[in-house]
Amino acid sequence: MNFIDSFKRRGTSARLSSRLAAASLLLALGATPFSNAQAAGEEYFPLQSYRVGPYAAGGSGFFGGFIDYMNLVNKRDGGVNGVKLTWSECETEYVVEKGVECYERLKSGLNGAPAAATNPLSVGIAYATLDRSTVDKIPLVTINHGRTDSTDGAVFPYVFPLQLNPYSEVSAIVNYIGQQSGGLTQLKGKKIVVLYHGSPYGRETIPVLDTLAKKYGFELTQIEVPHPGNEQGSQWLTIHRIKPDWVILRGWGVMNPVALKSAQKVGFPADHIIGNIWSNSEEDARPAGDAARGFISITTHPSGTGFPVIQAIDQYVIKPGNGNLKDPARFGTVYYNLGVVNGILNVEALRVAQAKFGNKPLTGEQVRWGFEHLNLDDARLKQLGAYGLVQPLKLSCADHEGGGAVRFQQWDGQQWKVISGWVQADRALLRPIIEKSANAYAKEKGITPRDCGKDI
Amino acid sequence: MSSLQSNASVSRKPGAQPRRSSLLRLSGGALIALIALAALIAFVAVPRLSNDYWLSAILIPFLVLSLAGLGLNLVTGYAGQLSLGSAAFMSVGAYATYNLLVRAPALPLAVDLLLGGLITAAVGALFGLPSLRIKGFYLIVSTLAAQFLVEWIFTRVSWFSNNDGSGVLSAPTLSAFGLKIATPAARYLLVLSVVAVVFAMAFSLVRSELGRRWMAVRDMDTAARVIGIPVGRTKLLAFALSSFVLGIAGALWAFAYLGTVEPHGFDLNLSFQVLFIIIIGGMGSIGGNFLGAAFIVLLPILLSHAAGALASVGIEAGQLQNLQKILFGTLIIVFLIKEPDGLARLVQTARNRLRDWPLRA
Repeated sequence: MNFIDSFKRRGTSARLSSRLAAASLLLALGATPFSNAQAAGEEYFPLQSYRVGPYAAGGSGFFGGFIDYMNLVNKRDGGVNGVKLTWSECETEYVVEKGVECYERLKSGLNGAPAAATNPLSVGIAYATLDRSTVDKIPLVTINHGRTDSTDGAVFPYVFPLQLNPYSEVSAIVNYIGQQSGGLTQLKGKKIVVLYHGSPYGRETIPVLDTLAKKYGFELTQIEVPHPGNEQGSQWLTIHRIKPDWVILRGWGVMNPVALKSAQKVGFPADHIIGNIWSNSEEDARPAGDAARGFISITTHPSGTGFPVIQAIDQYVIKPGNGNLKDPARFGTVYYNLGVVNGILNVEALRVAQAKFGNKPLTGEQVRWGFEHLNLDDARLKQLGAYGLVQPLKLSCADHEGGGAVRFQQWDGQQWKVISGWVQADRALLRPIIEKSANAYAKEKGITPRDCGKDI
Repeated sequence: MSSLQSNASVSRKPGAQPRRSSLLRLSGGALIALIALAALIAFVAVPRLSNDYWLSAILIPFLVLSLAGLGLNLVTGYAGQLSLGSAAFMSVGAYATYNLLVRAPALPLAVDLLLGGLITAAVGALFGLPSLRIKGFYLIVSTLAAQFLVEWIFTRVSWFSNNDGSGVLSAPTLSAFGLKIATPAARYLLVLSVVAVVFAMAFSLVRSELGRRWMAVRDMDTAARVIGIPVGRTKLLAFALSSFVLGIAGALWAFAYLGTVEPHGFDLNLSFQVLFIIIIGGMGSIGGNFLGAAFIVLLPILLSHAAGALASVGIEAGQLQNLQKILFGTLIIVFLIKEPDGLARLVQTARNRLRDWPLRA
């Protein structure tokens, strides 16, 4: 009887709850491998997504577009040459440790479906998984961002900063400013201020901007905004004193609308501020309200729902109720369309690799070959319904970036309007800088660069 | 906290022994055998049986954070000086070790780690100086200053990052005794060896005269001063030794776990994490650091795996993540209400109970 009494005394509810918790955790651990059982014969995309935390707007839009595109390929085409796409998400919150844990958790594939490539959409996570990706032979795709020198595929065989690396980004902006001033020679004596995010991403372009300033003779001032950037009063007072011709905004997240509002306070015109590739979304301009009207930014892909591929997503995925976006108003926005572009590039790389290795699920190593031989010309882009959305892209062993072109868009208070054609970065100028940096990395790490003449 | 020690000694009253089950009372020889067995499992069986995921995503961060917890526990749990600068000291260790690795490649890894720890110890003693004048919450504020100042310096002065443009350093390939440490198993063994050595040192340290001085200062510094303990020096030593351990933990965190170093990787969040480890694990306990780290590292991963299973049920991914956070927070609160002295105390109680389990009325 004592035993029973003591059991009662000790509070059954606490015990029960702890047992329940233990049981449910066991259940969950046991259940994971059995969910989604029919995955053999499929190609797997591990998604290190982020849908909560300070950068959730970027993450949910990007991964929403990516997932919707893969859904479209499955629903409309029955997969890629009969190989269905499958994926699972692991939340990183944009935190490096979590991203690494997710990478390790997902890298070995899903129920026999091999992992094709990882797309962390985070500079920090990309840096942390760079070596791992090379060892594990899984391509690491850092579309529009990442480590600039990983463009050199001879040293970084598994890393793909597709479309636009940070150096190309600022080079294209400088070229555009040159165009606006009536030729690059007119840049001499112009005053340009670069306002950058106080993070590795923000600082990545400091040296190359110095190089460009020396080459074209413009007066350059680079000003750092400490993370997260919600207070920029003093920076904009400095800008007010300098009275520059142009301000290049290399922001991220909350820093962007605050910059636009602060510019308005000191009376700097928004149409002489050029936002970079991470200052170019609706989420960057809209919160600034009236201050954003006229704000210019670059983009590798226009927003909007007019492209045939976006329409197809609407028809096959969104209308039947399988869309990934919680807020349907974000359909066709910058982040969403970037996700779609990323989906197209990943799937096309898989298709190219299948042409060589056969129409079956491929390993990361084989998909890497596909990325390296990606060649999207206008004709192919028209077939994909992505003409004007994706820029022509041709990758090779030596060049893991491919494009290096951007278009300029302007915020009219409601939405982005594209105001230029493709503006190319001066890639010939950047190449030696990239190679120098990549070779220094190879030396530090003891890597022997591949011979891109032989390695095809 | 001090009751934790006394409780342990009470339960070992010799008069009560004959009636108890001998299951948990070990003789010296058996203890050594048990330690040897544990070492055998940790050093031989685990790396053989675990896959990459377990080694590099769970066990390594678990061990490194246990070590960081130990570092903070020395200064907070044993010497009673509150600190929120753990991540800053970890970053000092990581950067110091990085610079030694890059600028003095001839030095063996063990020496790099040791020197990195010593440099951090010096920095820690420096930031411990305010503790001579202020206590409690005010001391937290001054260690918080360390947190921000160190992060700012590493962001600003590019010499520390070997003039790398982006400020993100990628770890050079490590090697020890001529062997490259490249595989997860090798990294795990490196971390495990360092953790084993440092924990063994800490174990004897807190039982030494210095450890007793720390506890005397913690329990009542006026009384400690009256009985002739040099309070100032004792506090500074606590900061220095704590930072030494944190510095080594930081270097391992950067090089053996993540593979990159960047100032923002060691932000206030990490400091809080380390603080939670010792609060949940148990202040003033050595083994508690492992328990706390297990709680902080493993539980979120477990929850996230559970959420992965639920994702197929159709709950939206973002919502699922928020649910995990709610559940994790609730569990912390429940644990702390049930056992404010931390998991170490909970284990102690369970052990005591188990000891007289068959005969308990």
